[in-house]
Amino acid sequence: MFPELNNLLNTTPDRAEQGKLTLLCDAKTDGSFLVHHFLSFYLKANCKVCFVALIQSFSHYNIVGQKLGVNLTMARERGQLVFLEGLKSAVDVFFQPQEKPHPLQFLREANAGNLKPLFEFVREALKPVGSGEAGWTYPVLLVDDLSVLLSLGLGAVAVLDFIHYCRATVCWELKGNVVVLVHDSGDVEDEENDILLNGLSHQSHLILRAEGLATGFCRDVHGQLRILWRRPSQSTSQRDQSLTYQYKIQDRSVSFFAKGMSPAVL
Amino acid sequence: MAAVATCGGDAGSAGSAVATASKSNVTSFQRRGPRASGTNDSGPRLVSITGTRPSVRNGQLLVSTGLPALDQLLGGGLAVGTVLLIEEDKYNIYSSLLFKYFLAEGIVNGHTLLVASANEDPANILQELPAPLLDDNCKKEFDEDVYNRKTPESNIKMKIAWRYQLLPKMEIGPVSSSRFGHYYDASKRIPQELIEASKWHGFFLPEKIPSTLKVEPCSLTHGYIKLLQFIQNIIYEEGFDGSNPQKKQKNILRIGIQNLGSPLWGDDICCTENGDSSHSLTKFLYVLRGLLRTSLSVCIITMPTHLIQNKAVIAHITNLSDIVVGLESFIGSERETNPLYKDYHGLIHIRQIPRLNNLVCDESDVKDLGFKLKRKLFTIERLHLPPDLSDTVSRSSKQDLAESAKRLGPGCGMMAGGKKHLDF
Repeated sequence: MFPELNNLLNTTPDRAEQGKLTLLCDAKTDGSFLVHHFLSFYLKANCKVCFVALIQSFSHYNIVGQKLGVNLTMARERGQLVFLEGLKSAVDVFFQPQEKPHPLQFLREANAGNLKPLFEFVREALKPVGSGEAGWTYPVLLVDDLSVLLSLGLGAVAVLDFIHYCRATVCWELKGNVVVLVHDSGDVEDEENDILLNGLSHQSHLILRAEGLATGFCRDVHGQLRILWRRPSQSTSQRDQSLTYQYKIQDRSVSFFAKGMSPAVL
Repeated sequence: MAAVATCGGDAGSAGSAVATASKSNVTSFQRRGPRASGTNDSGPRLVSITGTRPSVRNGQLLVSTGLPALDQLLGGGLAVGTVLLIEEDKYNIYSSLLFKYFLAEGIVNGHTLLVASANEDPANILQELPAPLLDDNCKKEFDEDVYNRKTPESNIKMKIAWRYQLLPKMEIGPVSSSRFGHYYDASKRIPQELIEASKWHGFFLPEKIPSTLKVEPCSLTHGYIKLLQFIQNIIYEEGFDGSNPQKKQKNILRIGIQNLGSPLWGDDICCTENGDSSHSLTKFLYVLRGLLRTSLSVCIITMPTHLIQNKAVIAHITNLSDIVVGLESFIGSERETNPLYKDYHGLIHIRQIPRLNNLVCDESDVKDLGFKLKRKLFTIERLHLPPDLSDTVSRSSKQDLAESAKRLGPGCGMMAGGKKHLDF
């Protein structure tokens, strides 16, 4: 986790909020550093984490996690982390016939399927096991990323349904958190992605949006992060609070600064 | 701290509900660091494969693309287990040349090749590979070539383009003792002995027997299903995924797929905007990447993206690939006669570089790159420097500048891009 980002979000692993949906969004840049941040944050907060990693392999997250101070292999061995490796499972589900429904069953289906098997997997992974377990604080679902599901043939409605079910189970029933990443296609006309992004934006409590700079590539400022706090259930009589910072990604951390205040510029 | 690199340590942990069947998984994403004494010492397996080298950034195993200039731009080479997607130029001239360089590099290094094509027999593709320039017999000729070109200018300090003189030169000649990255002579064919000594598998779509895989009929295009099965068979039988422990010498499998997405593969993504098999190609890429990540292989795909009707699909394909390089040749376009581009054959755009095992990636600062193909060399050079905005610089007429700026398009910042009207 990045200490500077914790300061900006005003949280620490000890006193994070529960029952929240966080939406990570990136437009014209790579927002995966936010996923690494939240993964290490919740592991340090002693939560039970279910990570649906659809886009990279386990060792990728493991190696970056070690730079951030968490050991994913050990977390997996002691049961704190349930890791669904999308790429490896896709090979299994594609080449071998499965007896029982596999979480990525939709890869074998011709027309737009649904994500019910994946939801069953998540629910199974995060359900509280008897009283004798080493007490994890609360469950967390992390998905990287949802746009892959759209590009593999699922409709935006199917993905929204999946998130709805997950929210009902994880956030409301189990008092945990859900963090998802969606790519914003920007000026490319991608209707399904826009529907998904808008739908999720309305349901989220916290939106972190990583954008490329409007003036193009810069070596010292990698992008801009917009943080938006929302209260989706209450009436919006009060304004949602929004902050914008610019950031530079380094080898082991990310440094944030106010717009125009990059150390390289000053 | 426990060692990071354990060959085959991935499978077997109890927590994962989807543990795979194979016992030992070889992934190439390992950091080759010092091992703890407790773990079983399986030896530095990944070091001794010819034609590979570890990345300086994170120890990732890299292979050469066949073009040392491109290797430099990609941060040292192509990581094993990744996909290099080349967006073809309009007449598929230079992209097929890059494809051939990749395969020729595999032959020179002794890697196993897998060539897949729907329109050309792989045996013919291999016959047309360029001949490698091996250092001793060609260095003399090359030196003469460089000498002739350089004599008039070498002693004159640059008066006008003085900013270019201050920059380090990009490497343009064959390095004498390089075993990573070779140069090729595009005008000569590869010697027959080299092809015969190499191990290769060909996949020519019109010749393949129907598949026996029980997949729903419309889930993936038939050609893609056959190709995936073929690749998986080769990987499994030849032990590239670590499933054959008796194999002593590890090797890399270089997969080359030509013109993926064209109608010859049975895919209609280039013909209509919302066809029946609109997700066939993306599913194929996803499963292919899954196969690559769990084996010692690397893949190059050329794709005619300029023909794809639905632009959202190109964004999906980019997200599902690791490295994306776009080629734009000047043939037939108005830029051929533009004096700005007279030395070059086209532009090359590095659209995406992956961040593997890392928060950062080796992005090159230079975004305007042009390429030119000479007989023995495919060079990639920066086109120009951004304008010098200090007050003492005298400018040429504003008209010329505006014209050339419009032609350059979104030259800077494809990766962290911005609104188009602000580019200059």
